[in-house]
Amino acid sequence: MSGSTTATKVPPADGASAHDHSQSSNPEQQFHHDSAVKAADIAHREIIRKNMESYDAGHMKGRGRFTDWDAARERCQAIKREAINHLDKYLLQFEENVTARGGHVFWAANSEEARKYIADLAVRHAVKTVVKSKSMVTEEIELAGALEKVGCTVWETDLGEYIVQLRHEPPYHIVTPAMHLNRTQIAELFRDKLNEPDLPEDPQQLVAAARRKLRKAFFAAEMGISGANFLVADVGAVAISTNEGNGRLSTSVPRIHVAVTGIEKVIPRLEDLATLWPVLATSGTGQPVTTYGTLIGGAKRPGEADGPEEFHVVLVDNGRSSLVGHPEEREVLHCIRCGACLNICPVYRHIGGHSYGTTYPGPIGSVLTPHLRGREFEHLSYATSLCGACTTVCPVKIDLHHHLLHNRRDFMKKGHGKASERMQFRLWRMAMLNPRLYALGGWFGRKSLRTIYGLGLSGSVFDPLRAWNRKRATLPVAKESFREQWRKGLGGKQ
Amino acid sequence: MPCFVDQLTPEVAVDSVKVLRHVGCEVEFREDQTCCGQPAFNTGYWDEAAPCAERFVRVFRDAETIVCPSGSCTTMVRKFYPELLKESPIRSEAIEVGKRTFELSEFLVKVAGLTDVGATFPHTVAYHASCHALRELQLRDEPLQLLRAVNGLKLVEMTRNEECCGFGGTFATKFADISAAMGQSKVESVEASGAEYVTALDPSCLMHVQGMLTRNKFKAQTIHLASILASNGARA
Repeated sequence: MSGSTTATKVPPADGASAHDHSQSSNPEQQFHHDSAVKAADIAHREIIRKNMESYDAGHMKGRGRFTDWDAARERCQAIKREAINHLDKYLLQFEENVTARGGHVFWAANSEEARKYIADLAVRHAVKTVVKSKSMVTEEIELAGALEKVGCTVWETDLGEYIVQLRHEPPYHIVTPAMHLNRTQIAELFRDKLNEPDLPEDPQQLVAAARRKLRKAFFAAEMGISGANFLVADVGAVAISTNEGNGRLSTSVPRIHVAVTGIEKVIPRLEDLATLWPVLATSGTGQPVTTYGTLIGGAKRPGEADGPEEFHVVLVDNGRSSLVGHPEEREVLHCIRCGACLNICPVYRHIGGHSYGTTYPGPIGSVLTPHLRGREFEHLSYATSLCGACTTVCPVKIDLHHHLLHNRRDFMKKGHGKASERMQFRLWRMAMLNPRLYALGGWFGRKSLRTIYGLGLSGSVFDPLRAWNRKRATLPVAKESFREQWRKGLGGKQ
Repeated sequence: MPCFVDQLTPEVAVDSVKVLRHVGCEVEFREDQTCCGQPAFNTGYWDEAAPCAERFVRVFRDAETIVCPSGSCTTMVRKFYPELLKESPIRSEAIEVGKRTFELSEFLVKVAGLTDVGATFPHTVAYHASCHALRELQLRDEPLQLLRAVNGLKLVEMTRNEECCGFGGTFATKFADISAAMGQSKVESVEASGAEYVTALDPSCLMHVQGMLTRNKFKAQTIHLASILASNGARA
């Protein structure tokens, strides 16, 4: 493109949010830093609150359209369970059906294999321009950077994705990538980056400005890349739910279409979409179904007017198959990436999507990421109050908050906790198994805390509860425990 | 009786005893009890939590009914013991003890069949639904029924009353900034509701919420449900 933008996506490579200037190589430290900054950002909180409130209203209204929402969730759970229980069978069936129509299926064990396959394809076909419709898996495998390295210009064509691409940011949310921005910020961005200095703050005109740029890209692109919401095994089709029409353009106009997705997206039958599509739309945005529901079975066939000449599906494993054998957590693979757990999560609402430093933020990300990316993301399973709100909304009924608990158990079993914490819990156990020691410890603890607070040292280094007291008013400490009061007479009065 | 109630907020325990005695229960406090094991369990130290759970089962195995003024500790005993003690020789006993363990409002409404315990509390009160009580024990209406029956009490609506306050056990100190931000949203809802008091089923949530209220110099106070139910109107 001879365009004014050379939008380069900065991948969330080392777990750090690209927009933040204070970067740490340690994802846990980075998370502590970024989440604390966002948690204190009142303007951010208000934008998210407003957006989430409108989502909440739409979501609740959408659920009301179902005769029995819970029955629909159970149906979706059953479909996904069947798919994951027979993952090998359905993936092979999908592959067989796609290849029978001349499509190509590539099995990528990891990000690198997936990137290489697609970059090689681009080189082979001398691709200069790539249009992408929304796909979180391409974020996960850091595809855009790999394509740019081989000389392609990569255009995000989902409006939200386009906005965050112009800001050199990763998506803020898996469904609504630019949820953290208001129209003023977007107008400023477009005036600056799209060379449209007079653009007003009007949503319609903002969309029109993006459209002017993106249309040119669609018709220049030799390669279109999409994700997949579902891989339908019995017909060998990729199912995509979108709202902006960019999905259809990306998959039908360029000569080559590459669908990139995780292996867990497979479902057994076409008819399963009858439940999954509306449940996904309702959970994602509150819509009955999304504006476009597209099924793609292959490249253009002889005599057909539209469609790409080549159709490729890249099935990404990238750690997913290690979950298949996990008796408790395999159901994490049921996830249909609707974003409902992010939206209801009070932690997500306060720290936002970028603080996590992961492709998949929010509860599902906190459960999944330690499995996909290893030990340095284990802190995410602790960065939650375990309130359980996520589990109540999950459309495929993943027991999210209990998986966070199970993750914690598994990490500690591997000996991953801090040595000091482990020692604390050993001492704690000793006291809890001996009521006299417990009572004595309690008495001593209260006495010392009262002395420390009496001296005005709350929150200081002398305060063992400083982590608590620095953020809140000083914890009141009772003079007498209940058991002391009980012994002194309360127990006698019936 | 939760260990932190024993040590930090004993008035919740005293008031729970008062209410239970008032409705005709014979109340016993077993001084052998310590902690249910939840802090270790939630942090991932199940090997440390399991002996505490076993101890709890042994201490309470012959009790007719176990009543606890905390949805969280009740959840630990009833919902998590069977999983934590999967390999324990006393697992079946733990399940039986769990079936006889009730959160206070749950006990009063579902077991004793009471909603009016004869309390008087002439104040405006907002109700915060503590997560474990709401989503693990499915206690949504029980506390509200009890509150509505209190003489003089005016229950006021609070926005997002089912959203977590941000306490979350060790989360409150491990991720104190996030916890405090969630608490801030919660106390802003309390303040906006105009309530004089905010109540809940869990003393731990209330400890955190009170800390945020005081820090903000908001005039509303926290009060545990047991203390409202034990009130005869004399409380300021």
